[in-house]
Amino acid sequence: MANLVMFCILAVVILGSAVMCVTTKSIMRAATFLLFVLFGVAGVYFLLDYTFLGAAQISVYAGGITMLYIFAIQLVSKRTLQGITERMKGSRVITGMLSALIGLVVVGVVLLKNQFIDMSAQMADAEVPMEQIGTALLGSEKYQYVLPFEFISVFLLACIIGGIMIARKEEQK
Amino acid sequence: MIPVEAYLVLSTLLFFIGVFGFVTRRNLIAMLISVELVLNAVDINFAVFNRILFPGQLEGFFMTLFAIGVAAAETAVAIAIIINVYRNFKSDNVNSIENLKW
Repeated sequence: MANLVMFCILAVVILGSAVMCVTTKSIMRAATFLLFVLFGVAGVYFLLDYTFLGAAQISVYAGGITMLYIFAIQLVSKRTLQGITERMKGSRVITGMLSALIGLVVVGVVLLKNQFIDMSAQMADAEVPMEQIGTALLGSEKYQYVLPFEFISVFLLACIIGGIMIARKEEQK
Repeated sequence: MIPVEAYLVLSTLLFFIGVFGFVTRRNLIAMLISVELVLNAVDINFAVFNRILFPGQLEGFFMTLFAIGVAAAETAVAIAIIINVYRNFKSDNVNSIENLKW
């Protein structure tokens, strides 16, 4: 029962912030509402007893990515900070709303017509132990994930180098 | 006990709010923020399917974990590109980028 109440609060926070995030005109406010959405999603992970995932979500998304956005906004959108904001065309809003609604109805019907209800009682109300996560993350056997773990570290290095290459000022020749 | 449909409805709504934002906004950073909403909806789905339908396994968990990492890298590179676009076109609007090479 307490879980249900928590879930309702989180759902309201997530959906309300997401709607505000895409409809607000100021980019800075959109970034702030994105932060609330990310915290709400981290709360959903905590609710599912994936504590490690929630911590990763908060530290990587809320701590890192939001900072990147705020720096980018400060560097790029000087007009936005001065109060001049982008205008939304009515035709584009209608197009977006139509496509989103059609997709929503299709996916919603597919999800709700499916029969996973009977299986949902299996969820144990216990945290996934950190030892299990660590063994699976750094083991090299079946259903263990050391290869993607190493791969993502190389990938992050490639992205760091790529980001610096793209963003640096080119020298005048 | 939260029914699994509640999570799925939440993530579906979040996904299509993100799609709506992506179609509606014309500012590059705002579009990127909408993409983050979509990514988060997908992450919720992975975690929920893993936790509620297959509680003994960790596939969706690690998919979500790696998706968070990849999203961070993707955001960094995309923001580098946006800053470069702003430097060349003096605008952060998608409509200002009409040619691949100028």
